[in-house]
Amino acid sequence: MDIWERIPLTSNYAAAYAAKDADIDVVAAYPITPQTPVVEKVAEFIANGELNAEMIHVESEHSALSACIGASATGARTFTATSSQGLELMHEMLYIASGMRLPIVMAIAARALSAPINIWCDYSDMFATRDSSWITMIASTAQEVYDSIIQAYKVAENPEVLLPSMVVYDGFIMSHTYEPVNVAKDRAPILEYIPKNYSRPRLDPDNPITFGAIADPNWYYEFKYQQVIAMKNAYEVLSKADEEFGKRFGRSYGFVETYRIDDAETAIVTYGGLYGTVREVVDILREKGAKVGGIKIRVFRPFPHKELVDSVKNVKHLIVLDRAISFGGALEGPMAMEILTTLRLRSIDVDLYNYIVGIGQRSVTELDIINIYYHASKLIEKGVRLTESIYWGVRE
Amino acid sequence: MSGEKRLSGWKSMSIGGMILEPGNFVKRPTGDWRIFRPIINHDKCIRCLICWIACPEPAINIMDKPYRTATGKEWKFSLEVDYNFCKGCGLCVEECPVKAIDFVEEVK
Amino acid sequence: MSSPSIPIYKSLFDLPREEYFAPGHGLCAGCLVGPIVRILLKVAGPNTIVVTPTGCLEVSTTLYPYTSWRVPWIHVAFENAAAVASGIEAAIKSLQKKSVIDSSRKINVIAIGGDGGTVDIGFQALSGMLERGHRVMYVLYDNEAYMNTGIQRSGATPIMAWTTTTPIGKVLKGKLQTKKPIAEIVAAHRVPYVATANPAYYIDMANKFRKGLLVDGPSFIHVIQPCTTGWRFDPRYGIKISRLATETAMWINWELENNEVFRVTVPVPKRKHVKHYLRAQGRFAHLTDEDINVIQKYVDKEVERINKLVGKEVIGPVVE
Repeated sequence: MDIWERIPLTSNYAAAYAAKDADIDVVAAYPITPQTPVVEKVAEFIANGELNAEMIHVESEHSALSACIGASATGARTFTATSSQGLELMHEMLYIASGMRLPIVMAIAARALSAPINIWCDYSDMFATRDSSWITMIASTAQEVYDSIIQAYKVAENPEVLLPSMVVYDGFIMSHTYEPVNVAKDRAPILEYIPKNYSRPRLDPDNPITFGAIADPNWYYEFKYQQVIAMKNAYEVLSKADEEFGKRFGRSYGFVETYRIDDAETAIVTYGGLYGTVREVVDILREKGAKVGGIKIRVFRPFPHKELVDSVKNVKHLIVLDRAISFGGALEGPMAMEILTTLRLRSIDVDLYNYIVGIGQRSVTELDIINIYYHASKLIEKGVRLTESIYWGVRE
Repeated sequence: MSGEKRLSGWKSMSIGGMILEPGNFVKRPTGDWRIFRPIINHDKCIRCLICWIACPEPAINIMDKPYRTATGKEWKFSLEVDYNFCKGCGLCVEECPVKAIDFVEEVK
Repeated sequence: MSSPSIPIYKSLFDLPREEYFAPGHGLCAGCLVGPIVRILLKVAGPNTIVVTPTGCLEVSTTLYPYTSWRVPWIHVAFENAAAVASGIEAAIKSLQKKSVIDSSRKINVIAIGGDGGTVDIGFQALSGMLERGHRVMYVLYDNEAYMNTGIQRSGATPIMAWTTTTPIGKVLKGKLQTKKPIAEIVAAHRVPYVATANPAYYIDMANKFRKGLLVDGPSFIHVIQPCTTGWRFDPRYGIKISRLATETAMWINWELENNEVFRVTVPVPKRKHVKHYLRAQGRFAHLTDEDINVIQKYVDKEVERINKLVGKEVIGPVVE
């Protein structure tokens, strides 16, 4: 029986539909461009009676995540969404949510960070959450946003994990672009995949627990180590969750996706919506006889070392397109830094060329990526290894 | 540091800093904070309960212990200081309306 | 177990005997937060979830692996107790709608915060919670400075008081600004119940907690909490100084029901001069007689205003 209906949705609306089908109990969110339609759509669902949830119209993003923490600690399935400055405002709460081991799920429409204020897409807001112990998935299509949010509940609420999760997608480029998305006609099959479970420790007068005590130097380290183990467990749990999703619903994504990689000598690596453009470029370059493939990083935390290593096993050169800057970093493209470290730790000698693109939603066309490929190819030919990131297209 | 009881590790600790046993601070007596100790005179005490409610710990308990004063008055209960927890703040001494509580220096 | 009505308290004998606050905690000897919280929990009962922002109460009563709380309790951060309480209240509503929690069960959600976490850094979250109308009671224990971090001034510090950030020097002496009238600001949000209370008046305070818990919406109880460590007085005089605050009308105990009925619940027919209150505290030791007269004038004006509001002289003239 077909449980899906195929409707045109933006990634923002796909996120809202996923929250609805997950039957969330509480949502607390504050509007910020380009995430606003998520909040608006959820409010619509509640107003129409399609979603039985309490919506807290908080007065700031900091209060949004605070309210989600309170609600999640009471046992509710919670949801929120934000971007950029909102994500920064709730920054201290990110660590508290994960430290308190609360399975909150958040949608992020990735947007550049001020200053100067820029409401358009880049991934600087996501990378700033790197060490906050949130499971982080990056989607490339609206369908993937919908599916990943549902998977996020599965992995977050697993008793071996109990860490909050975020699903990130391009602000504007994806958040406001309509794509055909399969959403559940009825949420029952989704709830079979992510059943509600109120048995984790929660604020309950029948069983008084103290949440959020001080942990002095004798204890704090062990609590953090528990999170380390939870993240490691998340790797396994997310893998299985994705597999089960595939079995039940016919779609699965893995941690790393590859395109025409088998006989590729060079691979172009990226994440988010840009991967679609990369696949187009791979096809164009292949026509011209280039042995090139594409790699997409879907899961950022926990970092998918196994899948990444496997994807580059026959590849000699990597071109990593980063859409954020780690100013003054060892390598200024944050994803490139993770990839390079993963490989070099395992003595895998693939040379890596890091190009910074799309900052503040500076256009990245197929032509740009083709030119990047030729730029890198020249360096490869000359045997030149880069020790710095290249800022593609910046005007002097 | 040697001789200290070994603390539990991450495997057995509850996650996220949660404390599952309500009110277990009772396992950590604070009586050694005292410099002065309050001593309730059960004969003078009029059982008004002011000392009981003023105590921040709480370290004054209402005990269902009948008491007969020297002048023959019968009380069904008495107030008793729990010296395991009394910090010697003196609020009870000061607030007692009939000055039935003495404040005596702790002698080691 | 869940009783929607709580009887009016007439004496200490009416207060429930059960203790939901366990000794062994690290509150200063003589800290008046102790009796305030004990009385609050006796009134609220076990069907209560407590939220506390960072501050003296939180730090002293929960130190892993020990806790003083015998009700479910959560601390998240410094500035968001009201936001967290909003989340808890909404979750209970949602889970009751979905029959996960028995819908006939009335669970109290109480935020207990210090002046730091309420009047200053926690102000935004408080205002948001009040505007949204959550059924949460917010109890402010006001020790008039950031006591937990070592007695720095807050918006609730009274004028001329010494704190470590408003020290007494050659050029500047104590806090320059007056105390932020937080209870009035909360009242301006038009919530169903706002009151000020004083731990020296136990029964009045208990009845205000009771009223706050009975309203269907936000309630706010502002409690003065003299601090032996920060106000500089011998711990045994805590309740006495608290009483002096009301006897001098530096702290007026009032309540406002439904933004309509305003009452002064502890009338003071014969007032004491503020010097009795101020000279008892080390933080005001530097005040000259002139300074004290300035403060007396402030208080006189405020007394006049309150008497006018009530419509009769509930606070009388200075006789001593």
